[in-house]
Amino acid sequence: MKSVTKAYRPISWPMKGAGGDTGSWRTHRPVVDKENCTKCQICWVYCPEAVIDRNESTIDYRYCKGCGVCAKECPTGAISMIKEE
Amino acid sequence: MTTSIKKLPDTEQVLSGNGACGGCPATMALRIVGKALGSNAIMLLTPSCSVASMGMTPKLAYNWPCINITFATAGSSASGITHALEIMKEKGRLQGELPTVFSWVGDGGTYDIGFQALSAAAERNDNMIFFCYNNEAYSNTGVQRSGATPRGSFTTTTPTGKRQPKKNMALLMLEHNIPYVATATVAYPGDLYDKVVKAKNIPGMKYIEILAPCYLGWQFDMPETVQMSRMAVRNGAWLLWEAENGKIDFNNPSSQIISGKKKAEPVNEYVMKQGRFNRLLKGSDAEQRIAEIQGDIDHQIAFMRERAKITI
Ligand SMILES: Cc1ncc(C[n+]2csc(CCOP(=O)(O)OP(=O)(O)O)c2C)c(N)n1
Ligand code: SF4
Ligand code: SF4
Ligand code: SF4
Ligand SMILES: [Mg+2]
Repeated sequence: MKSVTKAYRPISWPMKGAGGDTGSWRTHRPVVDKENCTKCQICWVYCPEAVIDRNESTIDYRYCKGCGVCAKECPTGAISMIKEE
Repeated sequence: MTTSIKKLPDTEQVLSGNGACGGCPATMALRIVGKALGSNAIMLLTPSCSVASMGMTPKLAYNWPCINITFATAGSSASGITHALEIMKEKGRLQGELPTVFSWVGDGGTYDIGFQALSAAAERNDNMIFFCYNNEAYSNTGVQRSGATPRGSFTTTTPTGKRQPKKNMALLMLEHNIPYVATATVAYPGDLYDKVVKAKNIPGMKYIEILAPCYLGWQFDMPETVQMSRMAVRNGAWLLWEAENGKIDFNNPSSQIISGKKKAEPVNEYVMKQGRFNRLLKGSDAEQRIAEIQGDIDHQIAFMRERAKITI
């Protein structure tokens, strides 16, 4: 019988983008207004995608799905959801 | 004191670009769990949204060894692995700290399909953490009712709203006499983090259930995942508690509702915000159906208040 172990190993490895470039799912883009940001890290803790930098409050748009949770939870209203072109 | 957001570790065990919906509460919760467990852990998953979210072979969205298991073995697969690890250590084939073995299972897998083996693993007090992320339905297959679906909720299998109340699964686990049981939800990440850290350091069976408001199943707006979770706690639909060796302690803000210091908010706004409930409002018996939902919540608050007094 032909061995299948070499041809097909159903094993995956941890990697970003396992669901693709999920940034393409976005209809709205969260944009942080640095002036109003107190660096409280609330957006960081709730972002399901782990795409917010906790120190800089910058967002990795390659994977951000545009869910809007960060904008909803930001206590100073520093994040706006801008419609993608 | 609950760990503050700024004190949470940097570790990310859930990787960006996973397959979950935007705003997914399961992913949100798992990210915090990852911060508490660190990388030295082995994850077991039954079929669920969290499996669909793992992404496509050969990539994997979770930074742990992950094993996909069947529903029926939700409890027993982790038992096998944890026993094997202990024996390997005894025989000197494994050095250092043993990895934490944890199951990550939906409410369907926990309350219904996997309950038998989970109950058996709890009775044996096998060394693992069993997480139930509870989105109150079988979400991955298109939102069917589960034992965790609350009364009044519309699902594809309860087209006129569910007629039965949900089970109190965390309490059922407590009655197995296991060393640690806790409930948590995504709006309170520090509380969740602390509970997982505690569980990690207790030998034997630990059960942690996390309420995970799912915008798709509950039919609210995607950005409101955290709001819905917070609301569920404030109106008492979800009580935050933990029990070490059988003694129940409520956590803030549920502790204030239980002690009577704060009144639970009425359920109305919570109901209105969710399509799964607000369809009830169209029926002629709307008032009665909403009163039933409120009644179930009031009953659980009163019941848990009394149950917590039993400390023998
Ligand atoms: C024995 C068996 N029955 C049914 C299914 C189909 N199935 C896959 S995922 C799922 C839903 C699981 O619901 P839950 O555990 O609550 O997780 P969720 O999808 O809500 O995250 C079902 C029924 C299956 N994979 N195996
Ligand atoms: S939640 Fe708002 S204020 Fe806080 S760090 Fe994020 S953007 Fe800044
Ligand atoms: S929109 Fe969603 S995915 Fe994007 S940064 Fe905000 S919380 Fe994260
Ligand atoms: S259906 Fe709900 S639980 Fe499932 S991936 Fe989507 S948001 Fe998450
Ligand atoms: Mg579910």
